[in-house]
Amino acid sequence: MAARRAALVVGVLVAAVIVQVSVLAPLVPTAVVPDVVLVVVVAVGLCSGSTDGAWAGFVGGLLLDVAPPADHLLGRWALAMAIAGFLAGTVDRGSRPSWLSDAATIGATAFVGLSVFALTGLLLGEPGVTLAAALPVVGLAVVYDVVLGLAIVPAVRTLLARAEPAPRVRW
Amino acid sequence: MARTRTRPDPEPRRPRTVLLVLLLAAVALISIDLTGAGSPARTVAGAALGPLESGANRLLSPFGVDAFATRDDLRDKNAQLEAENARLRGMVASSDVDRTRLAEYDALASYATSADIETVTAHVVGVGSAQTFRRTVTIDAGTTRGVRRDMTVIGPDGLVGRVISASPTNAVVLLLVDADSVVGARLGAEHELGMLRGDGSLSGTGRLQLEALDRTAVPKVGDTIVSWGSRDGVPYIAGVPIGRVEKVVESPRDETAAVTVAPYVDFSALDTVAVVVGERSGS
Repeated sequence: MAARRAALVVGVLVAAVIVQVSVLAPLVPTAVVPDVVLVVVVAVGLCSGSTDGAWAGFVGGLLLDVAPPADHLLGRWALAMAIAGFLAGTVDRGSRPSWLSDAATIGATAFVGLSVFALTGLLLGEPGVTLAAALPVVGLAVVYDVVLGLAIVPAVRTLLARAEPAPRVRW
Repeated sequence: MARTRTRPDPEPRRPRTVLLVLLLAAVALISIDLTGAGSPARTVAGAALGPLESGANRLLSPFGVDAFATRDDLRDKNAQLEAENARLRGMVASSDVDRTRLAEYDALASYATSADIETVTAHVVGVGSAQTFRRTVTIDAGTTRGVRRDMTVIGPDGLVGRVISASPTNAVVLLLVDADSVVGARLGAEHELGMLRGDGSLSGTGRLQLEALDRTAVPKVGDTIVSWGSRDGVPYIAGVPIGRVEKVVESPRDETAAVTVAPYVDFSALDTVAVVVGERSGS
């Protein structure tokens, strides 16, 4: 990842953390909040491949791990999101993106990411995490994330393309 | 594969190696934090990200999107509660038996306005999501205003929680409804002691479970629960209203009772809270 793109992605991730924690969390009536950071990570993976996706996931997850209301063990979101970003990058994107495949990818990767986070909590014996409590929360969050992702993925795609215009290839 | 990439990679990369390294790094972080060495990172992040959260929250309010509760709402609620309070007071005063309880209600009502405790007022600027399974919020007061770990946080309605970490400008509050939160409580007029546990639910249906120390002392529905308090007021000061007994399910076989308490504080609509930074002179 070129330095400029990396800086851009980190900037977007910081903004995503703030939006998720300070803007969306109080606005959304249910306690489950759309995972803005996760969706941005998946979008980066979708647009620039699994290496960048994994990196973005690690950095974004780390930010979410240390941002103030967080109280869980450091590195749990980093782990979950690195996997989600990597998975998003392995999807064969085809020559042109379609919103249907985007939605499917976001849904699947969000489910994996959230489940990995919940499972690490379960394994490490973090308070409040039970399988029964996790399933509805993860399900609702995946729905939120797909809806949010349909808006964010195109935005990230535009942003990344603008940061480093792809060289035109003539066949 | 080459056709799908708009931009050919300058060098072949190994995504799997990268992923493996990152996962190992994450596992390393988890194990470092398990030993308790992760708190400096949180303090640094709190100092850097906390003001951003406060700022984002402040940006929201001029648009009328006061996310937590509008002032009019609070005013209406206040008027409503005052009316209800007056009605209750009239009802209670008419009955001799419940005179002691009236005194208690009076104490509770005057609690928030009592000048015995020194508090720092703060706003909730960030909320942890349910996906993390912890119930925490960020407030915009930190060590520069005297907020430290293990201080009691109260709201206009009652006990909110306690401070679990503080950076210079912000602090993280563990809410009572968190599944890991345990607070000592006194119930009813008999001042029986018990332990209150949260159930992890933030919404209006969030309830606390009471475990009475004396198993024969079964509270009645409608009894008031106040905080027990501990030495030096750490982490909870004594006498803060917490909630009302909502349901009692008695089990005659082992002589225990499952007591459900409805908290006074609406945890999904927290806005202004007060951190108790000074000790109460009385009791």
